[in-house]
Amino acid sequence: MADTYTLISSVTVGAGGASSIDFTSIPATYTDLKLVGSIRTNTAQTDNSMDINFNSSATSFSARFLYGSGSAAASSTGSTIILQADGGAATSNTFSNFEIYIPNYAGSTNKSYSNDAVTENNATAAIAGLLAGLWSNTAAITSVSVKASTGTFVQYSTAYLYGIKNS
Amino acid sequence: MASTYTPIATYTAASDQSSITFSSLGSYTDIRIVANMQDTNLYGLLRFNSDSGSNYSRTWMYGNGSSAQSNRNSNQTSAYWGATSSGSEFLVNLMDIMNYSNSTTYKTMLVRQNQASAEVDAFVYLWRSTSAITSISFVSATGTATIKAGSTITLYGIKAA
Repeated sequence: MADTYTLISSVTVGAGGASSIDFTSIPATYTDLKLVGSIRTNTAQTDNSMDINFNSSATSFSARFLYGSGSAAASSTGSTIILQADGGAATSNTFSNFEIYIPNYAGSTNKSYSNDAVTENNATAAIAGLLAGLWSNTAAITSVSVKASTGTFVQYSTAYLYGIKNS
Repeated sequence: MASTYTPIATYTAASDQSSITFSSLGSYTDIRIVANMQDTNLYGLLRFNSDSGSNYSRTWMYGNGSSAQSNRNSNQTSAYWGATSSGSEFLVNLMDIMNYSNSTTYKTMLVRQNQASAEVDAFVYLWRSTSAITSISFVSATGTATIKAGSTITLYGIKAA
């Protein structure tokens, strides 16, 4: 049977940095999407929340997340937010990892997604988080953008978008 | 390069169902299940090899948007999956069953459940059986047709080599 886990596109941020990581013209030929990233931003903080847009839209998102900081666990809600990334004050050369799984991205129902992410920092606090997200829109997802809430992605940040077929 | 991520089976409920069973799981190292579910009960039962004995246990953590908690159950008669009740939001269950076909060890499963309107969860399950997993059943918690039409379940096989 054919392999059904296919790289659609990848992004590696160059020396000038990038304000967003964008995947456009996503074909509707897969069942699910999986986006994985290794990213760092240039903000003054140790970590930095991230936003996600589908089809260039930042509206109709809701999310519920669970995270641990190294000393406590907590839960909260948000709108376009996905989980944290390392900021410029985190330990040098440290990049956070994230994964976003979007089932049935081309279907006609609202789009639920799963997001796991970790930051790391050789200090007191870092973040491990889980997020349940929903884009209340029935349109097929044709583009995905990940943005830092402040600052830009630094060089060597990477992201890979995979398409997964169920047949 | 060899194919290492292969769809085993997929099912979309055309009408409300009381149970959905996958057999003929093939020969892989691990199984990943992606289940987008709606069910009147908001959850259902997951059983391996139709085992309804008290052989399942779980530990989990969850967040409902205002608090984070952890809990544990031993000697359960099934594992569980989550669901929304209706509407256009489906609860996303991502399940990973490691080394499912070995006949030496008990089986563990990692599960991530995602419902933005209610809670986010991470589970670890144990099935106390050394039998190879040869079937996986999604069963209504009440035994009636509460699994809603439009729910989709896909099993993928992952090979180590």
